[in-house]
Amino acid sequence: MAAAESYPDDIRYHEEHDWARVEGDEAVLGITWFATDSLGELVHFEPPEAGSDVTKDQSYGEVESVKAVSDVIAPLSGEVLEVNQQVVDAPETVNDDPYGNGWLIRIRLSSPDEVGALLDADAYRQLLAEQ
Amino acid sequence: MPETLQHTPLHDRHVELGARMVPFAGWEMPVQYEGVIPEHRAVRTDAGVFDVSHMGELEVEGPQARELLQGLLSNDLDRLAVGEAQYTLLTNGEGGIVDDLIVYRLGECLYLLVVNAANREADHAWLKEREIRGSDVRDVSEDCALLAVQGPRAIERLGLPPAEPFTFAETFLDGVEVMVNRTGYTGEDGCELLCMSDDAVRLWDAVLARGVVPCGLGARDTLRLEVCYPLHGNDIGPDTDAISAGLGWVCALDKEFEGADVLRRVKADGPDRRLVAFVMEEKAIPRQGMTIEGGGEVTSGSHSPMLEVGIGMGYVPTAEARPGTELTIDVRGRPRGARIVTKPIYKRYDNGKE
Repeated sequence: MAAAESYPDDIRYHEEHDWARVEGDEAVLGITWFATDSLGELVHFEPPEAGSDVTKDQSYGEVESVKAVSDVIAPLSGEVLEVNQQVVDAPETVNDDPYGNGWLIRIRLSSPDEVGALLDADAYRQLLAEQ
Repeated sequence: MPETLQHTPLHDRHVELGARMVPFAGWEMPVQYEGVIPEHRAVRTDAGVFDVSHMGELEVEGPQARELLQGLLSNDLDRLAVGEAQYTLLTNGEGGIVDDLIVYRLGECLYLLVVNAANREADHAWLKEREIRGSDVRDVSEDCALLAVQGPRAIERLGLPPAEPFTFAETFLDGVEVMVNRTGYTGEDGCELLCMSDDAVRLWDAVLARGVVPCGLGARDTLRLEVCYPLHGNDIGPDTDAISAGLGWVCALDKEFEGADVLRRVKADGPDRRLVAFVMEEKAIPRQGMTIEGGGEVTSGSHSPMLEVGIGMGYVPTAEARPGTELTIDVRGRPRGARIVTKPIYKRYDNGKE
């Protein structure tokens, strides 16, 4: 069951419709409800390898629905510590719970000061309203 | 300058239902309502309806109509009685496929051709240029709306009597005069309902009132791919021949039609490549245009909602075209394994039926 539209206040957002939940020197990354709604039900997640580096504003993986493929953009830079295997096995988890069980990867931040450039929930909602 | 998209008579109904509308072959069409996967499953397990009013309808009439069509269409028109339909190809002189279509014999001297939306004008021009005395070709698409009602419960939900595949009959459905064609593009039982454009909204409402699920072009594509029906423009086209595409069964090579000599030669020599169906062995979704290692190309690819795996069709060298053969597909730079399977990819017993 696809989740209802929401943009929680406890996470930060990237304008390419990705989010980051910063926890100390680590962050959990995912895609926003808006991204899941645009794509439709996800049927494939192509993850990065654990131990590889992701770079802010660059693609670190792909998500696919029946009809479309989309790059997933990193909101922050760092080293991949963990890939969410539940999403690899059941990609629709992202549609059901984009900010919870549908997280994509966990990274160790290489440039923690990048966090300041991300949007808060209000700013992200504003961005969506303008589109 | 962007082209103005055409609307079917049901455009407002689609928007009211919350459909996601996309451009397709010059038309603004619903790609999905609730979602491709639930719509696909509705057709495999119950019944779904597709607005396919963008497709073209051409009438060919006259004492020489049969003569004209028998020389242009690949299948044998003489096997078609009034009240019957036939899948056939409009071929060019090189044996290529101008279009694939269904021809209905409406009367002794009257045929209806239902053609792909993108090819409607080209088909009409092709036939018009070759018209002979005693045959009249007309594009009647503007007057017609077409709804495909497909699925194991489609006929029951519409309250229609049983009938053989590839036959048609005229009847009334909730007061709307319709031609019920026992044809489709999903591999399921069902029909295609042809009515006058002015009646399309009433017919659509009558079909939905019987519990049939509205479905978009997204599900139409995954349904036809699971059962390996070729899509003109993807899997077949003016530069591909029927023999390589596995459509030799709709080519009556014992008669004369455009390109028949070329097709006879390809059949005798054996084609260099064949259109095969495959299933991914590794997690990945094949897409049109991807390269198959060893000189092949994916012509259609998607996720199979019933098998929950990537599936596709593509051309490979004949020596590598046997079922069971392993393929490697270049998925945006990543080599991913697949295996050739016998067509269709999805068989009804996969769903616990039959």
